Amino acid sequence: MKISPFRLFAQIAMIGAALFLLAPLAVIAAASFSPTPVFDLPIGGASLRWYGAVGSLDGFWPALTLSLEIAALSTALSLILGTLAGIAIARGALPGAQTLSAALVSPLMMPGLVLGIALLQFFRSLGLTQAWPSLLLAHIVVTLPYVARTMIAALSRFDFAMLEAARTLGCNFFSAILRVMAPALAPAYFTAGLFAFLASMDNYPVSIFLTDAWTKTLPIKMLQYIDESPDPTIAALSTLLLVATVILLLIADRAVGLHRLAGMAE
Amino acid sequence: MTDAPASILPSAVSGATASHWLRNHKAGIALALPAALVLIVLFIVPLAQLLSQSFKSDAGFSLHAYDRLLGDAYGRSLVWNSLRLGLVTTGITLAIGYPAAFGLALSKGALRSVFLASLFLPLAASVIAKAFAWTILLRSHGVINDVLIGLHLTDRPVRMIFTQTALIIGAANVFLPFMILPIYAVVAQIDARLTEAAATLGAPPVVAFLRVIVPLSLPGVIAGVALVFSLSVSAYVVPNLLMGENYPTLASTIAKAFLLARDPALGAAAGAVLMAIGLVVVVASSALARQSGSRRA
Repeated sequence: MKISPFRLFAQIAMIGAALFLLAPLAVIAAASFSPTPVFDLPIGGASLRWYGAVGSLDGFWPALTLSLEIAALSTALSLILGTLAGIAIARGALPGAQTLSAALVSPLMMPGLVLGIALLQFFRSLGLTQAWPSLLLAHIVVTLPYVARTMIAALSRFDFAMLEAARTLGCNFFSAILRVMAPALAPAYFTAGLFAFLASMDNYPVSIFLTDAWTKTLPIKMLQYIDESPDPTIAALSTLLLVATVILLLIADRAVGLHRLAGMAE
Repeated sequence: MTDAPASILPSAVSGATASHWLRNHKAGIALALPAALVLIVLFIVPLAQLLSQSFKSDAGFSLHAYDRLLGDAYGRSLVWNSLRLGLVTTGITLAIGYPAAFGLALSKGALRSVFLASLFLPLAASVIAKAFAWTILLRSHGVINDVLIGLHLTDRPVRMIFTQTALIIGAANVFLPFMILPIYAVVAQIDARLTEAAATLGAPPVVAFLRVIVPLSLPGVIAGVALVFSLSVSAYVVPNLLMGENYPTLASTIAKAFLLARDPALGAAAGAVLMAIGLVVVVASSALARQSGSRRA
């Protein structure tokens, strides 16, 4: 990798990619300061009034709360399920471990809309019509692949002999897990949790089939706002969500390091 | 689901060799069971049910829905539109993403952090907001046209929004991180000494790159291609906002069939076709990954 023209070319490609990726985010942030009630780039002056208007968007707070609840709960449940399965797969004590690990990641390849209608019909055939439990169950399927992918990889690298060493040194089973395994796996947990949480928060195609008139997640509300009246309030809302993510990423960089986050996202 | 560990652990603690217990077959099955059950009940069974519905009509078993979907030109154009969106998006993101992943892997310090942030940040922004931002950039009196006119490259606005160009730009933008991240994760682990070794053995840089680095990066490429293709072939929000009714796909047919037209058989058939495409991707990518992995070993 000492070939410097290659390195230069590759870095220019990455700079181009970064500008391309950030362009729409810059537009959103700029549009949120628009002085006019049109979702456009601000020309002549800036205004903060759309930030004030976010809170009074019709149905905004219930949608935000619902999305946060579903994302947090489904991520937590997926972390538990994914860790247990990951231990079984990593320990190699499981017949068909390869198949299971491929199967756990496969919902990622399944179109969201297909999963959405399949679950809608399945829940209806069981008589489950309430939106909240339907969304939670569906989002476990949405988040599980992200968790499984990261946790299986991390657990495969974890040296289980360390648990035995801790036992020999006088730890009981629980404290061995708590004091040896948990710190070693903390970065993986963080990465898996972050990606799963974001996937759930941003999910539209699965949720659209499972919501009802009163129970709508944030992405569904947002598309509805854009369809009804695309004013800069949506830009302000998106910018606020972006700022929240920047803060999360700063914490992630401190806790795990962004490059390890990317490495584990494989 | 969640009380499985509680019921397992006490018996494990009572055993003298608790960590040996983890290697035991029964324990392996018990640990994997909750996730496997969730997968079967909430993923495999509903999809199987959907598949069976696509063969259903008032008169029992029938291929009528598939005939409507694949039998006429419009139905086939839906399949082709979806596949084309997937193929073109995958091609473009691979062309940008492959060198970019190396650029990322070869960067250090603050530059690397900025690059990584540019990949993570868009993942966190809603697809809906990003697609809408592209409509602002691409529309007749949007930013890009203003720049083109300002530079006298064109004297009247170029029509971009609601064209396939807009769709491809938007889709490539939304799915590019999913190409770069898996390739980066693999490339970052390639030992730089390998190219040096190849150089010492007399290989020119280009040969060393093609014969050593490219094969080693293949698992990342396979993962990225599989992910981007399966995401873009079934994308719904991006075509919906950037092309509207002008680019009907299998995904938009599913949404319309179930949300508006109340035509579940047609929607299920469109879903089954997308599901089949997804299955092909899963099977093909894991077979290819195994092959490139075994060649490496």
